[in-house]
Amino acid sequence: MIEVKQVTRYFGRVMAVDHVSFQVEKGEILGFLGPNAAGKTTTMRILTTYLPATSGTASVAGFDVHQDSMQVRKRIGYLPENPPLYTEMRVADYLEFVARIKGVDPRTRKHAIAETMDKTGISSVSRRVIKQLSKGFKQRVGLAQALVHNPDVLILDEPTVGLDPKQIIEVRELIRSLAGDHTIILSTHILPEVSMTCERVVIIDQGRVVAEDTPDNLTRKLAGSQRFTLIAGGPAGGILELLGKVEGVRQVKLLESGAPAQTHQFHIEGDAEGSINPAIARAIVEKGWDLFELRPEGLSLEDVFLRVTTREEEGGGQ
Amino acid sequence: MKNYLAILSREWKSYFSSPIAYVVMGLFLLISGVFYYLLVTNFVQMCMQADMQARYYQMAVPKLNVNMMAIRPLLHNMSLFALFFLPLITMRLFSDEKKSGTIELLLTSPVTNTQSILGKFSAAAGLYLLMLLLTGLYMAVLFFLGKPEIGQILTGYLGLFLLGLCYIAFGLFFSTLTDNQIIAAVSTVAFILIFWAIGWISGMASPAVGKILGNFSLIEHFDDFAKGVLDTRHIVFYISFTVMGLFLSFVSIESAKWRGR
Repeated sequence: MIEVKQVTRYFGRVMAVDHVSFQVEKGEILGFLGPNAAGKTTTMRILTTYLPATSGTASVAGFDVHQDSMQVRKRIGYLPENPPLYTEMRVADYLEFVARIKGVDPRTRKHAIAETMDKTGISSVSRRVIKQLSKGFKQRVGLAQALVHNPDVLILDEPTVGLDPKQIIEVRELIRSLAGDHTIILSTHILPEVSMTCERVVIIDQGRVVAEDTPDNLTRKLAGSQRFTLIAGGPAGGILELLGKVEGVRQVKLLESGAPAQTHQFHIEGDAEGSINPAIARAIVEKGWDLFELRPEGLSLEDVFLRVTTREEEGGGQ
Repeated sequence: MKNYLAILSREWKSYFSSPIAYVVMGLFLLISGVFYYLLVTNFVQMCMQADMQARYYQMAVPKLNVNMMAIRPLLHNMSLFALFFLPLITMRLFSDEKKSGTIELLLTSPVTNTQSILGKFSAAAGLYLLMLLLTGLYMAVLFFLGKPEIGQILTGYLGLFLLGLCYIAFGLFFSTLTDNQIIAAVSTVAFILIFWAIGWISGMASPAVGKILGNFSLIEHFDDFAKGVLDTRHIVFYISFTVMGLFLSFVSIESAKWRGR
């Protein structure tokens, strides 16, 4: 549905996007992840025909964003970082205008607008002037604007910025419900958002794609080891010594010793292959010590993100 | 065409959903009205004086021409008021879109740049036309009081309208250059004033250069309209000037995307 090939964009002498390539299949939600100023917005602007690329090609639904920009524009809904709202207009009038310029058939326009307002939960404010709406409602009007012509492709630039936690959950659910019918690219620098909404992630840093996979695969691949938190009762030194001997365990660290009944908390790192937790549990129980908790720790997407982006920085060098 | 109308009607409504249209139109009418009043009372006084003199010397009462003595100077005054008022209705056309980010909606919708430029231009031109039509009421009053000649009033208004289109086209152009409305308005006024003042400079330059410069003067072309003379040269000049402004707006929007907006 979306194909980006070797897209590069300079602003003056600054390279904002550096040979970025990726693909998005129909009905997929792609997370576009990166620190601020990584080139996310520029890439999205190129896809939406707002900016031309300096070199490279990008196509949406088979149409080149530069050659057939009008065809592309008909098929995309775009929510920029700041929702593009004419704040002096009423919500319904604004959506009417957007529907008109997006080429929604006049006969179905009323219905399309009502449906979009319903979907985004703004029917109750349809007669209000946009200026007077809260940030959350404005964001939803922005989302409605991107949806009103029922586009094949949705490009959302940080759609949950500035919303309160409840609104964030609502918007994420809305986005997830849109997948399938729509192909979605969603940019964000908030990691849980990606793991919650997206099927695939492209991590971009300093204009370059540094990683691309499903959120789960990314965490697994980059982790390289298994980590556990263990809480057990018994002599701390004894447990440390014992665990060191368990096969597959690389490193054991005593995090803290609790006062009640001599419980201790350990951090264990083991080889990536095979499961070592049964062996750990057995060893402790066989010694007659108490096992309170043995919890695997996944490497969070935050860690992955930091690793990928910092590694890039070191490699890039000045 | 559909897109053009969509843009046009949105701009038109936005003029009237904010105080801009009312304030600009109201003040334009007020100031034109004040000058209208002064010029007409002045004309009436002169008529009475001439009447008295004629009686005193037992001569025929001279026929004074309201078209030349009141309407023509009024048209000239209005062409100057338009210079200061029209940039106020054009300054936001693109600057505001840039500032609020709605330009991203406009430029990622299936609307061509020509359509949005012409839509916005027409909305401003429509508002200006409405302003002029309202001042037409002043002229209508004169028909109750005397016998002005309608032809000169019509050519004068045509001239005012075409001249206004030049202001609007360049006002639009300057608003594509910046996201600051004040800068857009001030540059428009300054730019138009230069093309206004070229007429004065032409008097000082050598005859050959002066003639060329004079032809570029916006106001020089207006005088014939105000006198009631309809000359295609002037019409062509104003229309070319307007098209130039619109063309520059187009180039400015197109090139901005390479610079990164």
